[in-house]
Amino acid sequence: MGREVAESCVDSILTEMVSTYCNRFYANKPELAARRIEAIGYQVGHQLSERYTMERPRFNDHLEAIKFICKDFWSELFKKQIDNLKTNHRGTFVLQDNKFRWLSRMSIDPSENGDLSQDNPEAAENKAAQMTSMHLYFPCGIIRGALSNLGIPCAVSADMSNLPACSFVVRIKA
Amino acid sequence: MAPVAPRSGDAIFANVERVNAELFTLTYGAIVRQLLTDLEEVEEVNKQLDQMGYNIGIRLIDEFLAKSNVSRCVDFKETAEVIAKVGFKMFLGVTASVTNWDADGTCCSIVLEDNPLVDFVELPDTCQGLYYCNILSGVIRGALEMVSMKTEVTWLRDMLRGDDAFELQVKLLKQVPEEYPYKDDE
Repeated sequence: MGREVAESCVDSILTEMVSTYCNRFYANKPELAARRIEAIGYQVGHQLSERYTMERPRFNDHLEAIKFICKDFWSELFKKQIDNLKTNHRGTFVLQDNKFRWLSRMSIDPSENGDLSQDNPEAAENKAAQMTSMHLYFPCGIIRGALSNLGIPCAVSADMSNLPACSFVVRIKA
Repeated sequence: MAPVAPRSGDAIFANVERVNAELFTLTYGAIVRQLLTDLEEVEEVNKQLDQMGYNIGIRLIDEFLAKSNVSRCVDFKETAEVIAKVGFKMFLGVTASVTNWDADGTCCSIVLEDNPLVDFVELPDTCQGLYYCNILSGVIRGALEMVSMKTEVTWLRDMLRGDDAFELQVKLLKQVPEEYPYKDDE
């Protein structure tokens, strides 16, 4: 059994990292904040996948590598596997986690929304959705970093239209 | 009578949700690296890490109080012991020790020999002046401020700078008496 820390350490650091980039560094440039958050995830994914594949034979094809992400890799991070994997057999894979841990444990601090929540609930809701999607750039970066370390360049986006389920769409670059 | 503060966080750590520390360590490392790229100045990175820690500390104190059952420490000495023995254990899974008290009991050192933040970390020469673990000092400062203690937290020893342990000096600047917004009989 490797070393462990309380899950709230990870939750705290992720919440604070997203808030630092979105609210303090790039408050008016969400696309720049998103890029930085994704880059941090990319580094983490790249390093983790390096560590988790050290004693494993090379993957023969893309599907094997994706299955590794869905099973072993996801289990190391979230103690569960991806629930559903779909592919169009032309380089696009959809990985669905029915209860994505980082979303189900996350709460958006209402104080960050200022007065919006009282005067304008709709705007407050938009802001909350925006913060949630900002949080998802991190796991998207992790997946892209992990696959890139396995020699698979790709683009990863997240779909959170069915919360608390979350789908990650991986498009492999030809 | 108020319950006695636990002497160790072992039992609490055993009961909280835990995750693989690699994820935490590598995520923190990636954040520090990104901050170094974005901010360029090491001093500014130290400042931001401290600020992030402070923001975490002011929220984490609630979880700490709820899970630890610690009620009120009789003095700053007990507070420091509780941070070292219960706080560090319950979140990071390691125990720290408290030493170097000054005569009036308002300044001490928290010494950490094992620190999950720095597993696999080596600093390049270009990072001289970086307090890599500065987030920790911010967390302590933020958490204590929420229980009415203004402190100043500084690094005295740092293993990434070649020292044999991590040593944080915690200095109590001011203890603000707690004021309740309600009366006892309401």
